[in-house]
Amino acid sequence: MHRIHILIAMDAHTIAQGAHSVKDELQRELSLAALTDEVRVVETGSLGIYNKGVVLVVFPDAVYYAGVKVEDVSEIISEHLIKGRIVERLQYADIPETKEEEGKAPRFGKQVRVVLKNAGIIDPDNIEEYIAHDGYEAMGKALTEMKPEDVINTVKESGLQGRGGAFFPTGMKWEFAAREKSEEKYIICNADEGEPGTFKDRLILEGDPHAVIEGMALTGYAVGANKGFVYIRGEYKMSINRMQKAIDQAREHGLLGKNIFNSSFSFDLEIREGAGAYICGEETALIESIEGKRGEPRDKPPFPPSVGLWGKPTIVNNVETLANLPQIISKGAAWYKSNGTEKSPGTKVFTMVGNIKNPGLIEVPMGITLREIIYEVGQGIPDGKGFLLAQMGGTTGGILTSEHLDLPMTVENLREIGAGLGSGALLVVDDSQDVVDLVKNFVEFFNHESCGKCTLCREGTGRLLELLEKLTDGRGELKDVDLIEDLAKVMMKGAFCGLGQAAPVPILGCLRYFRGEFEKYVKKPQVAQAAVA
Amino acid sequence: MQDLGKVDEIVKSYKETKTPLIYILKDVQKEFGCLSDKILTRVAKTTKIPLSEIYGVATFYSLFTTVKKGKYIIRCCNNAPCHVKGSKEVLDRIKEYLGLEMNETTPDNLFTLEFTSCLGLCAVAPVMMINDEVYGNLTPEKAVAILKDYKMKGQANA
Repeated sequence: MHRIHILIAMDAHTIAQGAHSVKDELQRELSLAALTDEVRVVETGSLGIYNKGVVLVVFPDAVYYAGVKVEDVSEIISEHLIKGRIVERLQYADIPETKEEEGKAPRFGKQVRVVLKNAGIIDPDNIEEYIAHDGYEAMGKALTEMKPEDVINTVKESGLQGRGGAFFPTGMKWEFAAREKSEEKYIICNADEGEPGTFKDRLILEGDPHAVIEGMALTGYAVGANKGFVYIRGEYKMSINRMQKAIDQAREHGLLGKNIFNSSFSFDLEIREGAGAYICGEETALIESIEGKRGEPRDKPPFPPSVGLWGKPTIVNNVETLANLPQIISKGAAWYKSNGTEKSPGTKVFTMVGNIKNPGLIEVPMGITLREIIYEVGQGIPDGKGFLLAQMGGTTGGILTSEHLDLPMTVENLREIGAGLGSGALLVVDDSQDVVDLVKNFVEFFNHESCGKCTLCREGTGRLLELLEKLTDGRGELKDVDLIEDLAKVMMKGAFCGLGQAAPVPILGCLRYFRGEFEKYVKKPQVAQAAVA
Repeated sequence: MQDLGKVDEIVKSYKETKTPLIYILKDVQKEFGCLSDKILTRVAKTTKIPLSEIYGVATFYSLFTTVKKGKYIIRCCNNAPCHVKGSKEVLDRIKEYLGLEMNETTPDNLFTLEFTSCLGLCAVAPVMMINDEVYGNLTPEKAVAILKDYKMKGQANA
């Protein structure tokens, strides 16, 4: 038995701040102090504390340390572990209060954890810990007590909408695939998370990979598929490794493979790695990529639930959507709907990035306001600067300004103002930033990531970039601002896929709220002329 | 001299995998450092996939390269979340320190400088990735210090 457990957050963010060397030092110092029998170091997913360096928790005391450096390790061991004295200079006390009510999801301050209920609590590399937290219970329930149509109906009743950004009703999508008569059907987990500012899927995969596996198996059972693929972008090395380990363990435990829970249902998974292409987040481009081709989107219809991977019915669901499923099945549709609003049920995982004091990943009920996220959960804007704008949903996301701070953020409310929740990335921009420079940055991104298939997106992003460069180089004219607007509108209507159609959203948003900033760049004499006219 | 027989071995190792071209190209690139015309021609011959199609794939994805790159590939993120946290200043300093523009390699073949799309590390922006290692909360000074370490490591192993 171990007297003390040290949980160290091992996610991509903490690793980027040196978590590996701190963990190695912990192990080394513990063996030097002959404490390895008493103290166990457990790697876990994100502990929900970001941008504060390496984070660890000492249990049973539940003391959080942040900003831990290699040279601090010996002090933590000699003071806290041996003498029982907390190292106050490293203690992180800003932990939201946790409230647990029976039958409800746990609350952390403003946060409600459904998808992230295990992240930072269990060791993601150990399937036993997932099982101990009710893991694979939903799969057991579905396979032994429910028919596939019951599973579909429960998901339909829950109102779950796709968390990849389109918010299409998941149960309805499943029904399309379930209706298809085919020997072969496929389930794909879309983990090609590439929308700038978004890292929710990464932290779900790295913090609770079995929830995704269980969600995929449930989807397979519901629609009648026996094979699934997890498509993870090639840059997410850690997610790939964690997921592979989880799949191997699930297979060893008979939770993937033939006749799961002695039922007639067989299901297995395979990881497919991306090779660097933002467009592969679009589901048909993703399918092309699994087929070993250039990731260029397909014509729709037919949609993947009818004709997908290798021409077979295919369900493509996002990581977060899949991770919601086990709890919907085990706790029921009514429980799921107890969070969020009527039209937007459940919780949503957001990533708060940019000019914000406390950036990171949060899970909150649908309908929270921008003000609550930025000023309460996110603790405001640093360095005494003011709020300029927020972009919701990644680089293709809509622009929100101070007039939207108190709007409850639901799918329907945002749709009304020409924005959307998208990937859940919330980029906060302070008033020291230049809007035109920011828009140029967006367009550089689209120009780089346009796959080249359709003319409007390929040429349109290039010409937009030229026009913006003309403005920022001081060669612009007033009509260039109009031209930017016209071109953006044409792209929105005519581009082949979501990339080219959504790229204009932030450009038009910025023009709508900050047109004057664009016009400031126009050569001075013309500004004067315009004023006279 | 390149042993193109390795290409055949890699192709063979994926005979159980359906449509494995991207995996084959990844492994081949790992083995040879890049996907040159000669290598791609061999992949085409062994897999019986048209060379035009293979070339199309090899030039579509940003993690594939048809030319040899440096030992350490520095991938800097310049997407919006890094942009508003000062990625440009970091990148300018890296360029100055290495004497490189984007997509160039140092004469000693130690460093190649590239952009990357968002790495999903935006809570610690600005970030960069050197080969498979990620670095966050960069400042111009911190980035140069990291590169100095790599330079020492690279030259010691040379």
